[in-house]
Amino acid sequence: MELLFAFCVGTMTSCGVYLALRGSTFSVVLGLTLLSYAVNLFLFAGGRLMVNAAPILKTGEQITDPLPQALVLTAIVIGFAMTAFIVILAMRARADLGNDHVDGDPPDFPKAKRGGDNRS
Amino acid sequence: MALFWVPLLTCSGSLAALFTQRLGRSACVAISALFPAMALAIILMHTKQVFDLEQIRFTASWIPALGLDLSFRLDGLSFLFAILILAIGLLVMLYARYYLSAHEAAGRFYAYLLLFMTAMVGIVLSNNVLQMWFFWELTSLTSFLLISFWNHRSDARKGARMALAITGAGGLALLAGLLLMGQVVGSYDLDVILNSRELIQSSESYLIMLILVLIGAFTKSAQFPFFFWLPHAMAAPTPVSAYLHSATMVKAGIFLMARMFPVLAGTEAWFLLVSVTGLLTLLIGAYVALFKHDLKGLLAYSTVSHLGLITLLLGLGTDLAAVAAVFHIINHATFKASLFMAAGIIDHESGSRDMRKLNGLFKYMPITATLAMVASAAMAGVPLLNGFLSKEMFFTETLQQSTLGSISWMIPVFATIGAAFSVAYSLRFIHDVFFNGTPGDLPKTPHEPPRYMRVPVEVLVALCLIVGIFPEATVGKLLASASIAVLGGDLPYYHLHIWHGFNLPLVMSILAMAGGAAIYFNRHVLFRIQANFAEKNESVIFDNAVKKLRDASRWLMDGIDTGATQRSVFWLLFLALAFTLPPLMGLNSTAGLRPQLPLDPVMIAGATLLCVCSVATVIWHNNRLLSLLLLSVVGLIVSISFALFSAPDLALTQLSVEVVTIILLLLALYFLPQYVRNHSSPGLIVRDLSVSVLIGGVVGTLTYAMMTRPLDSIAEFYTANAKLLGGGTNIVNVILVDFRGFDTFGEITVLAIAAIGIYKLIARMRLFQPSANIEGIPWAKDKHPFMFEIISQALLPLALMVSCYIFLRGHNLPGGGFIAGLITSVAIIQQYIAHGNDWLVPRIKLNYLTLLSSGLLIAFITGVGGFIWQQPFLKSWHDYVDIPFIGEIELASAMGFDLGVYLTVIGSSMMILANLGGLTTADRLRPQNREAK
Repeated sequence: MELLFAFCVGTMTSCGVYLALRGSTFSVVLGLTLLSYAVNLFLFAGGRLMVNAAPILKTGEQITDPLPQALVLTAIVIGFAMTAFIVILAMRARADLGNDHVDGDPPDFPKAKRGGDNRS
Repeated sequence: MALFWVPLLTCSGSLAALFTQRLGRSACVAISALFPAMALAIILMHTKQVFDLEQIRFTASWIPALGLDLSFRLDGLSFLFAILILAIGLLVMLYARYYLSAHEAAGRFYAYLLLFMTAMVGIVLSNNVLQMWFFWELTSLTSFLLISFWNHRSDARKGARMALAITGAGGLALLAGLLLMGQVVGSYDLDVILNSRELIQSSESYLIMLILVLIGAFTKSAQFPFFFWLPHAMAAPTPVSAYLHSATMVKAGIFLMARMFPVLAGTEAWFLLVSVTGLLTLLIGAYVALFKHDLKGLLAYSTVSHLGLITLLLGLGTDLAAVAAVFHIINHATFKASLFMAAGIIDHESGSRDMRKLNGLFKYMPITATLAMVASAAMAGVPLLNGFLSKEMFFTETLQQSTLGSISWMIPVFATIGAAFSVAYSLRFIHDVFFNGTPGDLPKTPHEPPRYMRVPVEVLVALCLIVGIFPEATVGKLLASASIAVLGGDLPYYHLHIWHGFNLPLVMSILAMAGGAAIYFNRHVLFRIQANFAEKNESVIFDNAVKKLRDASRWLMDGIDTGATQRSVFWLLFLALAFTLPPLMGLNSTAGLRPQLPLDPVMIAGATLLCVCSVATVIWHNNRLLSLLLLSVVGLIVSISFALFSAPDLALTQLSVEVVTIILLLLALYFLPQYVRNHSSPGLIVRDLSVSVLIGGVVGTLTYAMMTRPLDSIAEFYTANAKLLGGGTNIVNVILVDFRGFDTFGEITVLAIAAIGIYKLIARMRLFQPSANIEGIPWAKDKHPFMFEIISQALLPLALMVSCYIFLRGHNLPGGGFIAGLITSVAIIQQYIAHGNDWLVPRIKLNYLTLLSSGLLIAFITGVGGFIWQQPFLKSWHDYVDIPFIGEIELASAMGFDLGVYLTVIGSSMMILANLGGLTTADRLRPQNREAK
């Protein structure tokens, strides 16, 4: 089972990273969401996999490590806030710049000269 | 305590100068001069103790763990320097009163000057090397402000910038040297360092330490090859030059060498580095000074030359040479400060500093001329003046060293040549300016300065004479106590007399005098030779060097960062790979020894679905709706796997977050371009594919390796104490709201910040709203289907009840504030979708901003509540209460905290979604409509 779990985490990471490297903002959002799933699962796996051992105190039952779960729970919520922020940022960029490329100017348009200030 | 007042007083003087500026120059200088005068009085009160070789200390503990104390000490050396700094500072303040014109900001000038004075006394009084370094850098900064006081002049700005760059960079080298020293000695306390000679000199890093400290000293004291900043700093007002560039700041480097003399000197490296640098500086300075037509230029190079002389003396390393160095510090400060002031008077009263125009001024200003002549004579080393005495001692010491082996004779010869040039430029200063014909084309008719402008010059020149005639009576004890502090031990035998008999040093003096006169009267030959060399402008060279450096760094930055996000992210990931791959290679086997769970078909099916959907999301990422749906499948399976592997809280949270996220992304689809362009070239796709597959492989390997190894968790504490201390059986929830409540508080704050940031981003957004989908089919007419409206309305109370239940049971069973908050949000969002913004806004009177902030406030108050019972922040309390009809229930303060979490989560998620959703309605621009949310 552990091998399968690790394989899934790896696959999700790969897909997430590839999408995060795309040029259009929506793909990046998809990629980051996928990546945060993978990261959450990875952190969760820090407590090892156990079935039927929820960290609820009952007498005489074995329970799993609660600490990674507490970490991941807040990570999920913060991950949502991050995704939301990026989505709105992407929309705002589209509204202000007129396109959805991560740099704000797609490469097939004539690229504005990158200006460094020449003040001495 | 008294010592602490010295820098404090000068610093307060700086403020006083600013506040009294509007009272006029005289009042401003009179009031602000009181402060350094008091500081001087405090120093002088310790005269007897210092002369009795006591060391006075003041220490206040600041950060004891880091060895940082506020610590001052007064010994002979710092006593001498403190008097020079404060006394000459007072004279300069008086002088500047007449030098500055009425329309100049005198208050600002004095504020800078006193701040500089603070920094200088700070350097000399510090008993902690880091503290000393702080004041050292402060002198660089304040001298920058003083040199650029006339900031409308480009040469002043350039000179100030150059001085700051050189001395500031030297300061950084010094810091490195001092840190090394502190590491070796194990303390930054000067007392400890000064007693660790053997430790420092035998350490491996002695040479590095020495070079770094010397770079600091050489840059500050304008030694070869860093001296070029000093002549350019002459763009400063003349009082500044008289103070900083003759008596104080340039002496800071000398002070540092003298201070560190007991621990650093005495080695071959010290001798070679310091004496050769000093000798070179002495010769170059003296030679160049002769060719300067600018009065202050001449004095600047002469200062460079004299600083070289003192450095050479310290470099010789013998006890008597150190005494001579200290003596020359005193003498140089007096005659050079008076010469600068005289040059300032000439400039002020004749309008020029050019010696080709200034001739025959003796007729116009006889008193100033006489004073300047005496000071120049002291500079040239004429008998009966103080410069003669220290120069004789210098000659004696050059004769008595033999460190260069068979070529040791070169040092006295070069010293005599340097002295001859010094006589020549002194003669030029006297003869060219005050005699030698009549004034050229001057802007003003020269005349004597105001009475009190001359007083500081008179005082200093009188000192030159008195010290020159009665050395033992005047400065004998001062010199002795300072020399003992430099040598860190016994004083060698010497006697300060004018007449030592007819000996070799006297012959050298006579040779220098005759040679100097010969050089001066045949200077035209030298001027002709010098004219063959193109004159270098250090300012231009410096500017070019800075420009080259800037171009190089820009070239490097452009090479690394082209401004393309994708490229930066790629390199970031590449680096992450480069750092994680090697340690993984060191792992013997991927699988560990921990027993693994058995596989079952359901798990295999779930995993297959997850992988297929992930890959499909990538394949169809240009088809927005399809990829989003595939992504939501992935999210669902993730929540199912949480449920499977014993994490019910996570499953619930993931599930509700999933719903909110997908709704958010669906909304975003409406506004983002309908076509997803393919920006990537095939090469780029291959590159990204390879890096992402590699990263996935690394992460997968890591996960597998981690999961198959035994777990050594720190969670036992939480498991054992959740019920006992936190009063709950759901350990995850108890950790969140109790044990690690402070972290959770931080996390909900982040959530709130993100929501407010999003609110601001949305507030002024003007988006294009498509009226049809990608195929040109218009949106459905029936926005809010009747059935959906009815069902969602019926579901609302049910959903709210569920969330209430989830919230209440959270402490003991899966649930809690986070999950309940998300469920409530989903219920409200459903109403928005079913009925639309317009219908809902008048009916749901919730201000999400208020909700969010009250949530944070409740969480905070619950945390602070502990203070009332003298408990730490977020300390929880719980008890059992018996409520009629319901039975015994448990009340915990953590519940209040969880309520705060609950409200914050609702407030944040609703603020994000309701505001975004509001954009889709036609009347979104009406401000009051937005206010309602």
